[in-house]
Parts: sequence; C-alpha cells; structure tokens
Amino acid sequence: MHSLVTIIKKELADHFSSYRFTIIFALIAMVSLITAYMVGLNIRKELEGVAKPQFIFLMLFTSTGTVFSLVQFVAFFGPLVGLILGFDTINREKNEGTLSKLLSQPIYRDAVINGKFLAGVALITIMMVSIVLVITGLGLIILGIVPGPEELGRIFIYLVISIIYISFWLGIAILFSIIFRSTATSALAALAVWIFFSFFVSIGANILANALTPGAGAANPDEIMWRAKIVKAFTLTSPMELYTDATATIIDPMRKSARSMVTMGPMESLSISRFSGPLSLSQSVLIVVPYIISLVAITIVCFAVSYTVFMRQEIRSL
Amino acid sequence: METESVIETQDLTKMYNGQAAVDRLSFRVKEGEIFGFLGPNGAGKTTTLLMLLGLTEPTSGTARVLNLDPTRDPIKVKTKIGYLQENMGFYGDLNARQMLQFIAELNGLAGKPADERIDRALGTVGLLDEASKKIAFYSRGMRQRLGIAELLIKDSKVAFFDEPTLGLDPDATNRMIELIQSLCRDKKITVLLSSHLLHQVQKICHRIGIMIKGRMVAQGPMDQLAKEKFGVGKEAYSLEEIYMKYFQEA
Repeated sequence: MHSLVTIIKKELADHFSSYRFTIIFALIAMVSLITAYMVGLNIRKELEGVAKPQFIFLMLFTSTGTVFSLVQFVAFFGPLVGLILGFDTINREKNEGTLSKLLSQPIYRDAVINGKFLAGVALITIMMVSIVLVITGLGLIILGIVPGPEELGRIFIYLVISIIYISFWLGIAILFSIIFRSTATSALAALAVWIFFSFFVSIGANILANALTPGAGAANPDEIMWRAKIVKAFTLTSPMELYTDATATIIDPMRKSARSMVTMGPMESLSISRFSGPLSLSQSVLIVVPYIISLVAITIVCFAVSYTVFMRQEIRSL
Repeated sequence: METESVIETQDLTKMYNGQAAVDRLSFRVKEGEIFGFLGPNGAGKTTTLLMLLGLTEPTSGTARVLNLDPTRDPIKVKTKIGYLQENMGFYGDLNARQMLQFIAELNGLAGKPADERIDRALGTVGLLDEASKKIAFYSRGMRQRLGIAELLIKDSKVAFFDEPTLGLDPDATNRMIELIQSLCRDKKITVLLSSHLLHQVQKICHRIGIMIKGRMVAQGPMDQLAKEKFGVGKEAYSLEEIYMKYFQEA
C-alpha cells in the first residue's frame, strides 16, 4: 500500500513535468475554451426572443456550435489522450532498465502496474474536471444562467462516464506497452485499435447491415427493423459507440433513447412527438445503465488482462 | 572459525524454452566475503542473481539468502539485498537526490532520517556536489557510485554487483573496486561480484566461482583453484590463466 502511493506520486510528478502532457493539456484546454465560447454565443443568439427552454445549460455540452460539441470531441479524441498517456508505460521502463531497478526494491510487482494505471486515471480525472469547469464557468458568464441541481447531477454523471471511457483507452495502451517491447510498435498498435473501433466499426456495421437486408424499404418495415438491429449489435463492439450511447440521454434530457429511434411513418412520429417533455434524471440513467456497465466491464477486463500478463512475464525479458 | 553462509543454493535450475540457463547450480557465499562470480557472457550469472532476488522463479532446486527463501519471501529478501544491475537503471530525468529519495520511500524511509542518510551516502561516494544534477548527465562512473549510495541508503546486508566495472575508465574502475572493498570491510556487507575484469577480481575477491554454460565448474579460493588445475599455488598463475584453462576445458 505504501509503495503504491510512492509509485503513484512519482508517476504523477513525471506526467506533470513531461512535455507530452503539457501539449495535450494545452490542446484540450484550447479546444474546450473555443467550443464553450462558440457554443455559448450560438445559444444566446438562438434563444433571443424565445421562451426559455429547460436545461439550457446542458446545451453548452451538446450543441454543435460551429464544428462539434464537447461531447463529440471527447468521444473522438478522449481515447487519444488515454493512448498518449499510456503507450510507453511499461516498455519504456524495460528499455531503460529502470523496471528491474524498481522491481528489485522491496515492493510487490503489482504495485508498479496498479500505481501506473491509477496515476493515469488521476490525471485523466484532473483533465476532464478542469475542462468541464472551464466550460461551466464560461457558460455562466456568457449565458448568465445558473445550472440547476439536476443539471449539475447530469454533468457529474457525464464526467464519471467520460473518465471511465478514457481510462479504458489508457488500459489498452498499457496492455500494448506490456506486450510490445518497442514503444513505437505499441503506439502504432494502440492507434490502429483506436482507428478501427472509432471509425471502421460504424462504417462496417452499415455495410454489413445493408448487405444482409437488401429488401429494406417502405414496403418492408420488418427489414428496416432488422437492419437497425444488426447495426446496433455490431456497433456495440465499439467503445466509442458505447460511450456515445451512455452519455446520450444523460447530457441531453430531451432524448428518450440511447440511439435515434427508427420511426415507421408519420403516425408513429406523431405519437412520439406527443411525449416531448424532458426525461427526469433517474429515467435517463435507467436508459443508459447497461451501456455504463458495459463500459466499466470492458475497462476492468482490459486492465485485468494487462495485470495478468505483467505478473506472469519473466523478468529476464523485462 | 566457520562463518555462516549468507547465500546457499542447492541444485538451482532455471529452464528457458526447454534450455537450461542455470543448470543444477550449488554454491555458497559466506558472511562478510567478496565472492567473485565469473563466467562468459550468457553463462547464466544474471539469471542466478535474479533467482536469488526472487525476481524469477527457479524451475527446480532451492536457494536461500540470509536464511530466507527468495521465492516465498521476495519482499523480505529484497529489503536486505542491494542489486546493482549492469546499466544501473536509474531514472535519467531525476537528479541523484530525487532518485535516492524515491528509493528510500520504496524502502519505507521518509522524512528527516531519510534525508540525513541520503546526505551521508552521497558524501561517502563523493557525489554531494553533483546531487542536484540530472542523472542523464552523469558519467558511467558517477552512476555506479550512485548505485553504491543506494546500497548505503537501503543499509543492505548483501550486495549483488552485476558487471559494476563495465565500460569504466581505469581510474573509475579502481575507484569502484576500492568502494566495493570498503563496503565489505567497513560495513560488513557480503558482496557477490560478477565481472570480466579478472585482474581486479583477483585483487579483491576472497573466493571465486566460475560459471560456464549454466554450471558452476569451479569454486573456492584462488589458491585452491590454481592447485586443482596446475598443481601449484596461485603465485605462479594469474586468475586469467586459470579462467582460460577452465573455459577451454568446458
């Protein structure tokens, strides 16, 4: 326990003094500042002369302003932060010979990997919290609206999910840093996985679904349902999809489901539009709980695999 | 008077992919002695050291260090042994003081007592003036001396040196050898020294073990080894000649 704290402290100190971290942080701070500002101005213009809708404050995170919203930004580039923080965790120490120095001290081997992972998670937490605080603060100034307790609750849950999501990618990066000896290989492998799951899975899902349901159309509603189901099942393998789904109704109370619904013609659209009020927080959470659990599960599995591989590795090869 | 053995192995074996890196190794190191651990590269010396530290599990056989089983009690063993590996493995972006503080903390030392100990250790190895310089800018010799400082911080009873003089200039080599000798003499540290510099080993080691292809082909004082091979005392032959003789026969 004691050695774990020591290792976490050292890892954090290393991170804070590294150029890598400074650059990521500057980039993210810049993006969040700009996003918040653009979105804030946008919302203010849109709301002029309109009766105030509920949950304006959350729009700061979801409204796409000029290019993208913060939620989209984290979904896309959050993983990159995790990967950059973790891709050389173990193999750099192996290559520099510092790992055997560390392990020849009276500490358990798992203190090393636990310490490194926890330090990474702490860093991600600091990063996400500060970004959200920046946006919240700017939003207060630009919009002049104070968020209610429910909005704060939603922002908090969103933060937790985002931290787990980025930690998952940190876990992937650490796993590769254990498996591959060269830091370049582990970085590229981690990037490849990120690109595959973030971009190719959703494209692939659509192609697959289209191929499997050629007869989908207005005349064949069953096929349309099938197509939607196939796409859903296939894209669920992507952590990015899981994350987008998990945050969907949390940060946007007007949404009723994790995915956009398939509507079958005007009557159904009409019947849905009758229920246009926002969901309560508990209902929103209820919808996304499965996604949150899956996200937590894959993070744990990923870390467990890294842990086992690391504990079983022969020191000779360290 | 028979002194107690600090390190004792019995048929210690380590297999890597079906090949024996260390093959039924049995040897003893007595308290307070400097044991010269010789052998060509790849003979299994480092693997043996790793097993003695509990960093690697032996395939079969037993090892005891200070009456502890390194496989069962790695933490206790590692508190008492200082291991200085070939490349030292210090973090280049820390300075000497930070590195030693980190090591002290991992060993459960903190605060004022740790700082005092660090200052004393740095003084002993002559690095006090350069304590705030990053280790990345240290010369090899300075790094090796920092390694000795680490031993002093940990207050180790046993020290493993893996090629401590590799790539050092003659002056640094002599300094290192003297430091090792003084550790043994003043701090009563038992030293297991693996090296290729037979001339230096001959000067400071009390006993010698020669390891070739995972097996210990000879162990004992220089004198005895010389007699075994050449039938005369060590005055007539240098360690180098003895070593080469064993090497050619193996």
